Amino acid sequence: MWEVFVRTKAGLDHKHCGSLHAADPKMAVQMARDVYTRRQEGSSVWVVRSDQIVASDPNDKDMYFDPAEDKVYRHPTFYKLPDSVDHM
Amino acid sequence: MYTQAMDTMRDEGGDKPALRTAEEAQLQQRFDNRIDAGDFIEAKDWMPENYRKTLLRQISQHAHSEIVGMLPEGNWITRAPTLKRKAILLAKVQDEGGHGLYLYAAAETLGSSRDQMLDALHTGKAKYSSIFNYPTLTWADVGAIGWLVDGAAIMNQVPICRCSFAPYARAMVRICREESFHQRQGFDSLLVMMKQGTDAQRAMVQEAVNRWWWPCLMMFGPPDDQSPNSAQGMRWGIKRVSNDTLRQKFVDAAVQQAEVLGVTFPDPDLRWNEANQHWDYGTIDWSEFWRVVGGDGPCNRERLADRVKAWEDGEWVREAALAHARKSELKEAA
Ligand SMILES: [Fe+2]
Ligand SMILES: [Fe+2]
Repeated sequence: MWEVFVRTKAGLDHKHCGSLHAADPKMAVQMARDVYTRRQEGSSVWVVRSDQIVASDPNDKDMYFDPAEDKVYRHPTFYKLPDSVDHM
Repeated sequence: MYTQAMDTMRDEGGDKPALRTAEEAQLQQRFDNRIDAGDFIEAKDWMPENYRKTLLRQISQHAHSEIVGMLPEGNWITRAPTLKRKAILLAKVQDEGGHGLYLYAAAETLGSSRDQMLDALHTGKAKYSSIFNYPTLTWADVGAIGWLVDGAAIMNQVPICRCSFAPYARAMVRICREESFHQRQGFDSLLVMMKQGTDAQRAMVQEAVNRWWWPCLMMFGPPDDQSPNSAQGMRWGIKRVSNDTLRQKFVDAAVQQAEVLGVTFPDPDLRWNEANQHWDYGTIDWSEFWRVVGGDGPCNRERLADRVKAWEDGEWVREAALAHARKSELKEAA
């Protein structure tokens, strides 16, 4: 099983778009093209063996990502500047 | 509320004790809250066993329908009247194969293997949409399938783009984007025959529409008062709109399109209802529906036999691909 990532056009990120079965890497890339870019949805594809992906634990989601919630000073909108320079 | 209905199903299944641990009850509560809040559930999130089972059944049956659905139209690829129609039909049938693949992949995230699902299809344990058990007798059937069958499928599928199970919803978004071409090419093909064709061709179109109309209305499933599991699906956010509501929406749209085309539907009771601003339609023969679902439609045996043959004929290709992969790996390691 392989995960498929497609870059929709030059300059953009590769984005995950689905998965497929293939016997080897070459076949996986060919299948990815046939299955996920039949209407020129992409200009580049990556395939990664599904079992090679390491993911965060969905059950710890709150614990894991919430610490960033109260760090509002990381956003530009936190800083209210005088009107004359506020568009900086 | 989900909990209660699920407990009923669980008792029916008899596979799990009705008593739960406190931890499980808490997980269940959190799941219910997320569903209520309109949250999406991802494959690795905790979910009630019956939610998983229901989805697995629905998604795999949906996948089987896409794959078996390639057969009636594939039947006409070599006999399409022009190169243009042949290229279009090839592209459409290829899309359906892709749809099957997206859906099998979504079902696999729930813990069933592709082989298990295919085995269930090939042994007749799993169902697929009843509509694909009807034959494609003339070229007009290909257009009628695009217009009416894909049209009904779109009505059914659009609400699933908001399904609570995210991998299914994502697959559905991709599929719906591609379905629109299917319906339009079908209508276009019929329109050409109706506007530029001979009398015989026009009669052929009408005859195809006559055969596909009622089976298409059955695609939306039994009436609301006879679909006990619908309510559960609604509560879980798997189903968003009821069978009868979708069917009515389809009829209303199709009547208008039929007028443009210049064809009629084989239903003497079809008439505009001023009071509710919808088209009333006649009684659907549900005994036919259950017969076809039960395996006794005009083409059930042929479809299944074709699928099994395709799978068995492809065996050596799959084996060769794996052997090639193993060999290349060894060569690289050396
Ligand atoms: Fe499809
Ligand atoms: Fe389609």
